[in-house]
Amino acid sequence: MSKVKQAARGTNRHGPSLWLLVPALAFFILFAFVPLVGLAVLTFFKWDGLSPLEFVGFSNWVAVFSSANTMHSLKLTLLLTVLTWLVQTPLSILLGTFMAGQQKYRAVISALYFLPLLFSSAAIGIAYKAMLDPNFGIGAASGIGFLNQNWLGSPNLAFYVVVFVIAWAFIPFHSLLYQGGVRQIPKEMYEAAQIDGAGRVTRFFRITLPQLKYTIITSSTLMIIGALTYFDLIFVMTQGGPGRATRILPLDMYLSAFTAHKMGVGATVGLVLALLGLVISLLLNRLSGASKMESQMEGF
Amino acid sequence: MKLRMRAALALTLVPALALAGCSGSSDSADGAKNGNVTVWMTSGGSAPAIQAAFDRWNKDNPDAKISFETYADNAFKEKIRTAVGSGNAPTLITSWGGATMREYVKSGKVVDLTDKTKEFQSRLAPSILKSGEVDGKLYAAPTTAPNPVFVYYNKAVLKKAGVDVPKDWDSFLAAIKGLKAAGVTPIALGGQSRWPYLMYIQYLTDRIGGPEVFDAVLEGKPNAWSHPAIKQALEKIQELAKMGAFGDAFGSVEADSNADLALLYTGKAGMLMQGNWAVPDFRKNAPEFANNDLGYMAFPAIPGGKGDPRNITGNPSNYYLVSADATAAAQEAAIGYLNKVAYDDQYVDDMMKIGYVPAVPGLEEKLQKAENPEYLTFLYKAVQEAPNFQLSWDQALPSAQADELLTSLSQIFLGQITPDQFVENMNATLQ
Repeated sequence: MSKVKQAARGTNRHGPSLWLLVPALAFFILFAFVPLVGLAVLTFFKWDGLSPLEFVGFSNWVAVFSSANTMHSLKLTLLLTVLTWLVQTPLSILLGTFMAGQQKYRAVISALYFLPLLFSSAAIGIAYKAMLDPNFGIGAASGIGFLNQNWLGSPNLAFYVVVFVIAWAFIPFHSLLYQGGVRQIPKEMYEAAQIDGAGRVTRFFRITLPQLKYTIITSSTLMIIGALTYFDLIFVMTQGGPGRATRILPLDMYLSAFTAHKMGVGATVGLVLALLGLVISLLLNRLSGASKMESQMEGF
Repeated sequence: MKLRMRAALALTLVPALALAGCSGSSDSADGAKNGNVTVWMTSGGSAPAIQAAFDRWNKDNPDAKISFETYADNAFKEKIRTAVGSGNAPTLITSWGGATMREYVKSGKVVDLTDKTKEFQSRLAPSILKSGEVDGKLYAAPTTAPNPVFVYYNKAVLKKAGVDVPKDWDSFLAAIKGLKAAGVTPIALGGQSRWPYLMYIQYLTDRIGGPEVFDAVLEGKPNAWSHPAIKQALEKIQELAKMGAFGDAFGSVEADSNADLALLYTGKAGMLMQGNWAVPDFRKNAPEFANNDLGYMAFPAIPGGKGDPRNITGNPSNYYLVSADATAAAQEAAIGYLNKVAYDDQYVDDMMKIGYVPAVPGLEEKLQKAENPEYLTFLYKAVQEAPNFQLSWDQALPSAQADELLTSLSQIFLGQITPDQFVENMNATLQ
């Protein structure tokens, strides 16, 4: 371990010139930092996209934080984050572990299972919207009564349908992460455990799960940050409706800015979202102790 | 430590900015920069007749060709505004008039057409031209036919359910009950697209309180939404929704993909309130239904209501505004098209073939010789005789108010808020 650290320091001191950073940094400043500053400036203005900007001080901020609708959107966003994590993580771990096996049939099933990864979110949204249509969708076509619900039209159901479709679309990706993670666990650990008389379930909870710790952190970070920015799928399926049932913050931002043409309000929501993402990701980093990440694998 | 921070920053900022920074104007209408004319419009409806008119123009003017792209309704509304605001507008900006049109004029994004389109103006009814004026100057040139909203019904479904064609409000309610008892959706409603909700509040408010009620809202009078007629209209809407007039899944029905129309012509619903753009769709996708079973009527009067039952709501026309950002050559070509081709005889014939009647005076005789004389005459007369033609509220109002209106109104239909809460939400937009 200490050898590795020294090597890393060495690279810093004698390694490639900092000038090599310039292209990446320029790209970052131009396409991430500058727009963010522009966004921050816009939060202090009233602008409908056509007429000249009008300085309004903090009134957009006051409007956003005093509005019950924004708070509703914030609540939905957090709920979506928690729910998508709760639904996707266990399923992804189990599927990933299953798919890590070497048998032929598993490879075939996994290949089929990864198909959603190839589809664009917009296509998934349109396909689900058509399938879930209570009049012309699968429910009506198959004659199975249970499938014939007002899936996307009922304020009580739509949000959970969205959680389901997001899970359908993204579980394959996270399973892929876990599959890779499981395959890296040394066989010797399982063999040793087997000799000690550990069963399948014990091996999963005592070896697989602890060894996947950092994969779980990576996958969770992606999931949580992703949940804060889900937009396309939901926009295509419900446009934030019915009513406000699926109007999470990113949709609220978009609809405020580009449908209601309240650019200042939209920018404020956008900045809140960016800050929220920053805080959560720093928090995750701290919690996971990314700085002292180390492998428990043999030989390191 | 530093590296870690930067990684965290990159991780959070990139997706957030991808969203926050998107302006949706990636593909600007490049044609507007040279002599060629570009047009964006919504798909369906009168698009075939307009396309034929463009083709006629293009044949005679190979140096100033008109090219156009079509979009779905909601997508179009979002795209066009951003394009106009960022100076990437097509030469001809399609609009429904109302507040958006006035905002374009106010911010100097469009050209005054009053003196340049005299030839064009001579072909149209003065009342329809007036709807394209701002402060007495013509900015918006009507381009399609009037699109009033009517109640359409499926005669076969009504007959099978043993229901009489409604004549007034009471028989309308009776028909709803009869259809429901027969196991069909009484009225098809495309709730997912939200804008079909407007038709109900527009007609009910007008029938109960007359056009003055909404005029006060448009003028921005404080608490204009508190008018009792609006509350009554909202109560009637919730009554209808509660009695199952729209079925129990109207929130899933998408009008942008014409699912509501399909419900009517497939016999799953008995009635439908829609703009007259439904008829071209019926004629195209269900010609047998359109010829034999399609019935139509004006929205019934409400007992004790103050509004004239001849009043109609919908879209008086679509309009073309000429972009001030287009080159002089493109502007000239666009104006040339309006003067020479728009509303020529061929265009009027093509529109009638589709199922529309343009607001051109003196068409009565021509209508008799058309394919569908009875319906076209009904349509033509309804527009000519209407004391008031109310533009769809979402277009008439500034966009910030329209967005709140569509959201609050869908919550009314879904029973999530009370009429009082709706009034409160909407009054807040007037301040």
